[in-house]
Amino acid sequence: MVSLTKRYRFSASHRLHNEGLSAEENSRVFGKCNSPYGHGHNYIVEVTVRGPVDAATGMVMDLGLLDRAVEQEVLDRFDHTYLNLDVPNFEGKVPTTENLCVEIYNLLRGKIDGGQGSAQLEKVRLEETSSNSFEYSGAAEENREAAARETK
Amino acid sequence: MIYLTRRAEFSASHYYHNPDFSAEENRRIFGKCNNPHGHGHNYTVEVTVAGEVDQTTGMVLDLKDLKAVLETEVLDLVDHKFLNKEVPVFATKIPTTENIAVEIWNLLAAKLPSGRLHRIRLYETDDLFVDYYGD
Repeated sequence: MVSLTKRYRFSASHRLHNEGLSAEENSRVFGKCNSPYGHGHNYIVEVTVRGPVDAATGMVMDLGLLDRAVEQEVLDRFDHTYLNLDVPNFEGKVPTTENLCVEIYNLLRGKIDGGQGSAQLEKVRLEETSSNSFEYSGAAEENREAAARETK
Repeated sequence: MIYLTRRAEFSASHYYHNPDFSAEENRRIFGKCNNPHGHGHNYTVEVTVAGEVDQTTGMVLDLKDLKAVLETEVLDLVDHKFLNKEVPVFATKIPTTENIAVEIWNLLAAKLPSGRLHRIRLYETDDLFVDYYGD
């Protein structure tokens, strides 16, 4: 099994704000990320897929398929948007990089797992800045189920 | 247990072609990587060795030894080569980044002076890399 990782970039703005909290609480919890008009980042998303190397192609996955999945599900959706207002994914959910990382994982999982090849989505790593990054490999419960299936 | 990683770079060219596929299939599956004259990359390989810290030296393994093994077993074989034509294993196996990483593992695993090979990470570009853990 080989894991293959490809990096992609998009730019978006967001505001960390919870309607359920008071103005003071929002300011205290989210600090300058609560600034009312939002602020932006150049995000880098690393998508890792894992699978056996196909004997005929020498590849884990067709990179063209991976590129198209990421373009359609992630870049076209989030690039140059204000995450709070322009995409439905964050209605009622604070667009932290944690939540964005989970969202991207869930969007890609359906496109990669069960797709044309046998590769599976292993991990999404999202860099908000060169100093802050977040990783998500799926819900722990799902991972345990997958591990149990593999050992059978 | 400590994990130690050493990076090295090499430059090589390759092209993707499966003689069992028709010319059209090769073009469709491999795209511009199918150009028969090849194209090149500056590869970066990261070799990660796992081991216990030796009480007398404070080291997992001697970095000079790791550097020497990496040079003789891997870099001398692939650096400034056209992988398809000059590296025997790739005469019959497509030199994708996946296959090169597996091959580097096979070249190094038994040659480490101490410690256990944990991971080969191979960057084809800054934005594309593969990891192989020997399984």
